[in-house]
Amino acid sequence: MPDAIVAEGLVKKYGDVAALDGMALTVPEGTVLGLLGPNGAGKTTTVRILTTLLKPDAGHATVAGFDVVRDAHRLRAHIGASGQYAAVDDHLTGAENLEMVGRLYHLGVKRSRQRARELLERFDLTEAADRPVQGYSGGMRRRLDLAGALVAHPPVLFLDEPTTGLDPRARIGLWEVISELVAEGTTVLLTTQYLEEADRLADRIAVVDHGHVIALGTADELKDQVGGDRIQLSVTDAANLQAAARMLAPLAVGNVQIDAAALQMTIPVSGGAAALTQALGHLAAQRITVRDAGLRRPTLDDVFLSLTGREADEKIKETIR
Amino acid sequence: MSTLHLAVADGMTIAKRNALKIRRAPDLLGGVVMLPIVFVLLFTYVFGSMISLPGLSYGEYLLPGIFVMTIVSSGQITGYTLTQDLQKGIFDRFRTLPMSPSAVLTGQTVSDVIMNLTSIVTMALVGLLVGWRIHSSPFEAALGFLMLLLFAYAFSWVTATVALALRTPEVFNNIATIMSFPLVFLSNAFVDSTRLPGPLKPMAEWNPVSTLVQAARELFGNTSQALPVPDAWPLRHAVPISLLWSVVLLAVFVPLATRLYKRAVSK
Repeated sequence: MPDAIVAEGLVKKYGDVAALDGMALTVPEGTVLGLLGPNGAGKTTTVRILTTLLKPDAGHATVAGFDVVRDAHRLRAHIGASGQYAAVDDHLTGAENLEMVGRLYHLGVKRSRQRARELLERFDLTEAADRPVQGYSGGMRRRLDLAGALVAHPPVLFLDEPTTGLDPRARIGLWEVISELVAEGTTVLLTTQYLEEADRLADRIAVVDHGHVIALGTADELKDQVGGDRIQLSVTDAANLQAAARMLAPLAVGNVQIDAAALQMTIPVSGGAAALTQALGHLAAQRITVRDAGLRRPTLDDVFLSLTGREADEKIKETIR
Repeated sequence: MSTLHLAVADGMTIAKRNALKIRRAPDLLGGVVMLPIVFVLLFTYVFGSMISLPGLSYGEYLLPGIFVMTIVSSGQITGYTLTQDLQKGIFDRFRTLPMSPSAVLTGQTVSDVIMNLTSIVTMALVGLLVGWRIHSSPFEAALGFLMLLLFAYAFSWVTATVALALRTPEVFNNIATIMSFPLVFLSNAFVDSTRLPGPLKPMAEWNPVSTLVQAARELFGNTSQALPVPDAWPLRHAVPISLLWSVVLLAVFVPLATRLYKRAVSK
């Protein structure tokens, strides 16, 4: 299977800050790669370079066989991009927005109009087609923006945090649409801060931190990397939280994570159910009341934590765009 | 299709988009047209009752100044919409499309001509209601309107440049307001610049707004033999110098705006 996207050694600096520092990735045709990382990790910069919006300081990349710098203009006819800021025009109607994009892809008047109607229907926007976008909900705007990216049937699609800021229902709706596109054979590079989103949509996940990929694999492979199960338990009394964590530390094969607000802790263990029984026994002996306890498989959150030393959704202050 | 053909077609697509925006957001155009209308009425009836010009009513003297004031305030819309688009990421969408990169600015400025045409026609109609008349030949009058539109087009590129340098709508609006008032008032738009005191006189007489106003007065026949002839060089050759101003502004600000646009969007 040929690669639709290849990037090697991409570097992009803003002053002294390296937004990208040796970013490399490949996406085989017809697959979805999820770029997972916190704010400021370099996800958006990567997408901006691959969609010709930005020139890299070093390294090179090809998309659909075109060099993103040398063949930028020709490449643009083969990609679609949909960003975290829905790039739609408030004063124009949904139909007008899509027709305009069609015209700018040089589809011609008739074809642009026809394509706009097709996409509006597909994205369940037919009813709102002739209303100015101003009155659209957040989910509708994102769907329209995504529709805009699809006007020219691009074989490669870039989705930069497509569901950031959407409510759960709108998010699931958008996921379904993206899944359909993938089923049709579109190659997708998706960036996200949501582990669940990467888990659900991506064939492979590249964990990005400090401007380069720190781990790559399927969701299951990444979860296997961090090994064993997790005991997750919460106590009823805040005063007991630290004591309980200290008591159970010897059972852990890594660090015990404590969520003080939720009175909860997560303990990576190797012994499975036996470890859970043991933990509960220790706590009962010290009369610490457990509100809830369970054993679970590692999540991508755990992967992220063990790879970067911090949680994925921890909001790292974004200093660069 | 050739590159030029595509650039023109893309420019028209963007111009159509902007024209639709102007139609859908009448508050924008309304804002531009309302201020000059208020000025026409206030100046004609309040100042006009006090100011007497030899051989000419104040209303006739005023209207060419109002046309130019309208152009200057319309220019603010150009900048305002550009800064708003910059913030919304709509230019990112455009730049991932295989369109001509120059089309964004040409489209914007071409749609501004449509807006300027609308506001100048509105002002002319309001002017006719308060007693303004064209006393020149139809050819001269047509040349007068064309000259105003050409200057308006050139001025759009100036405000586009300022907007792309400042980038945020709020900052742009503040700066544009602060700049446009002295530009319009320190001129012969509302008063006879030959009677201004000290350094104000040369400043007003060399102000391009004065040149354009003087040229419009000449082409619409809103002058009087009895008025003192301004001795400043640009005012004695107002029509050719006005056209020259438009050409010079275009030659300077088209490349400058284009460069700033590239810089503004490639961050």
